[in-house]
Amino acid sequence: MKQVHLAAHFPGVNNTTVWSDPRAGSHIEFSSFAHFARTAERAKFDFLFLAEGLRLREQNGKIYDLDVVGRPDTFTILAALASVTDHLGLAGTINSTFNEPYEVARQFATLDHLSAGRAAWNVVTSWDAFTGENFRRGGYLPQEARYERARAFLATVLELLDTWHGDEIIADTAVGRFISRADAGKFAHTDGHFDIAGQFDVPRSPQGRPVIFQAGDSDEGREFAAAAADAIFSRHSALEAGQAFYADVKGRLAKYGRSPDELKILPAATFVLAPTDDQARELAHEVRLQQVSGATAIAFIEQLWNRDLSAYDPDGPLPEIDPEQGENTIARGRASVRMYRDPIATARDWRARAQAGNLSIRELIIEVTGRQSFVGAPATVAASINEFVQADASDGFILVPHITPGGLDEFADTVVPLLQERGVYRTEYHGTTLREHLGLEAP
Amino acid sequence: MTVSGAEPLHLAVALEGAGWHPAAWREPGARPAELLTAGYWADLVTEAERGLLDFVTFSDALSLQSDSQHQPDARTDRVRGRLDAVLTAARIAPLTSHIGLMPAATVTHTEPFHISKAIATLDWVSSGRAGVAVKVSARQDEFGHFGRRTLAAGPQAVSDLFDEAADYVEVVRRLWDSWEDDAEIRDTATGRFIDRSKLHYIDFAGRWFAVKGPSITPRPPQGQPVVSALGHGDNAYKLIASSADVGFVTPRDAPGAAAIVAEVAAQRHAAGLADQPVRLFADLLIFLDDSAAAATRRAARLDDQAGAPYRSDALIFAGTPADLADLILQWQPAGLTGFRLRPAAIPHDLTRITRALVPELQRRGAFRTEYSASPQPPTLRDRLGLPRPASRYAGAQA
Repeated sequence: MKQVHLAAHFPGVNNTTVWSDPRAGSHIEFSSFAHFARTAERAKFDFLFLAEGLRLREQNGKIYDLDVVGRPDTFTILAALASVTDHLGLAGTINSTFNEPYEVARQFATLDHLSAGRAAWNVVTSWDAFTGENFRRGGYLPQEARYERARAFLATVLELLDTWHGDEIIADTAVGRFISRADAGKFAHTDGHFDIAGQFDVPRSPQGRPVIFQAGDSDEGREFAAAAADAIFSRHSALEAGQAFYADVKGRLAKYGRSPDELKILPAATFVLAPTDDQARELAHEVRLQQVSGATAIAFIEQLWNRDLSAYDPDGPLPEIDPEQGENTIARGRASVRMYRDPIATARDWRARAQAGNLSIRELIIEVTGRQSFVGAPATVAASINEFVQADASDGFILVPHITPGGLDEFADTVVPLLQERGVYRTEYHGTTLREHLGLEAP
Repeated sequence: MTVSGAEPLHLAVALEGAGWHPAAWREPGARPAELLTAGYWADLVTEAERGLLDFVTFSDALSLQSDSQHQPDARTDRVRGRLDAVLTAARIAPLTSHIGLMPAATVTHTEPFHISKAIATLDWVSSGRAGVAVKVSARQDEFGHFGRRTLAAGPQAVSDLFDEAADYVEVVRRLWDSWEDDAEIRDTATGRFIDRSKLHYIDFAGRWFAVKGPSITPRPPQGQPVVSALGHGDNAYKLIASSADVGFVTPRDAPGAAAIVAEVAAQRHAAGLADQPVRLFADLLIFLDDSAAAATRRAARLDDQAGAPYRSDALIFAGTPADLADLILQWQPAGLTGFRLRPAAIPHDLTRITRALVPELQRRGAFRTEYSASPQPPTLRDRLGLPRPASRYAGAQA
């Protein structure tokens, strides 16, 4: 039987995160991160994951205030979490547009040293001048240049990390020799994006390089992952669609000389647990109501319609007018607006569904966005997760709880033991590095 | 002997590899093979906290260590290789509870937006004990590591780098202020997580960069973590005066200290900041032993191993803890807030600071005998007598 891989996504700045719940804690105090990380480690998860956004989101030209706003610096919080965990992998999104390879290489090498081999990097590219306004080099990349820049950035960082082989520090006090070769760290790299040379200053870390993640399921993203990543984050989907995605991505590995095991497929997934399946379904609906307030529902249709729709009643029908075509100007700093490739067709589809089901704007949005991936009693959820993995729709899941920081506790206490009973999930960590948890070979 | 009425004395330690002397890694007790491990740094900072010190600094640079400050070398007999200082400080923060953590950060090649949120996050994970020692890069090799521009020659170019650093600190501070303290409201009635009128664009536009803001990280516990800089001359004194809360300076004697204090005060006045305190610490590189002769012998032995006499921008002191206490109390009235001690060898000189110098100063009534517990618990600013700044944007329209 395949083993299930599980990871935990710290609840983020989306409407999925229910900050209004009385149990919801701080999104910035270290105690919340420490609680979340300790639960993930107690549950023997592979890693904890942090997302990143480098500009606060705006809607209608104003900072978006309905979701959690504000988060820590990724590297800094991961380094701090290394001191309250011993095995848990520490994964973060770091942007390849608004950073430089030398700095990112030394930060990941440092994180890997300080965590004794638990660092992972979700390589993302940014696309907008909007975010670039926060950075000295600014930044705008045409769509087609984004993956090219990411590929060049990643290759350059890996080249820097490989300038140290791991045997240089001998620290021989008797003869007074600290390093075995004076040219350790020397590099010279030139491509269309970077022209750098010198000597890298962080010796090789326990994993050699961080575990590399790629998020996104576009064709370019899949190819990037097949060529260079150790794991891919995807969107959760139905079993058959998951199997098709899995087969497609794994099928791309051979041309890069890689075996299917060398790339893990880990969709992000949400869950709602209750003692019985019926209770869980009821609770899931309550959570959806918390996640989609009337104001949030209006914000969602504005993002599709690309218009100010603040005059509409969320408990009333969808707008009759069509979405504004062209560049989305209503919502900025948000990746999801790019999902709507044909806004007019999507709007027509939504209107049809609303009319057929007699749904208000809010009810429709509850229906069409962010339904929970796994809803049920612990045994149901455990069986379902295992089914996806055994049927090759995924290698596991990155779980996104909706409550900070305790939203993972119930999963750890109820679902994990059932997976362990089935023999598809570890009862103890066997290795110490993240690469070992994921079953990946050393680079 | 009690020094009554004197300003309270503050002590910091500058952590660097196996110690500041290039031969320190070969000394008994050194752990040269562990310099890249979290355990090594945790032990050092825990020892400093045991000595009730105000803060530690973590050295860093964007290049491999070298004997020269200006260019790489090909030596294999010195410590080479290091960790990023900000991450090292963050790794130690949850393991300590009182001591301030001040990593070095190079401001010449990095993004003020990133450093601002990194230090704010260090402040969050340490409950208000974060600082940052800003550092200008004027090394050709470091420019080459980034490949974005070249280092121009001449004094004007260096002066420009310091002006750029001042802009950088301005942006970092504005970003810390860009969230008012009470911006997070969690108003379930209206569904608003924040009061967006309390988040502010910083709209900085200067000669070297423009940054829009606001930060992605909420205002940290200290409001603005402590900013420090090391200075040896006019450019750096100006940077300390215009941009820092703490300055590290390198006088050779008490009159020299008084002259630097006056110089920085004059610059502070010229910058229009005379009403805001700047705390000056004198840097000393120290060899501490039970007798002055033993300290001098050890310094000579280390120099011999290194193949050349060690030179430092700071005064090199070799003597007993009592001798060092004398020097400290003699210099302090020149207007120094305290001293940042650079241990020549670790652990030897670090433990003599915490276990011999500190008790000596305590016996003289010149240093705290416990970390004060109020306010709950004190921030690094509280410890240094620096007021917590209000956000400059408080009350302004978003």
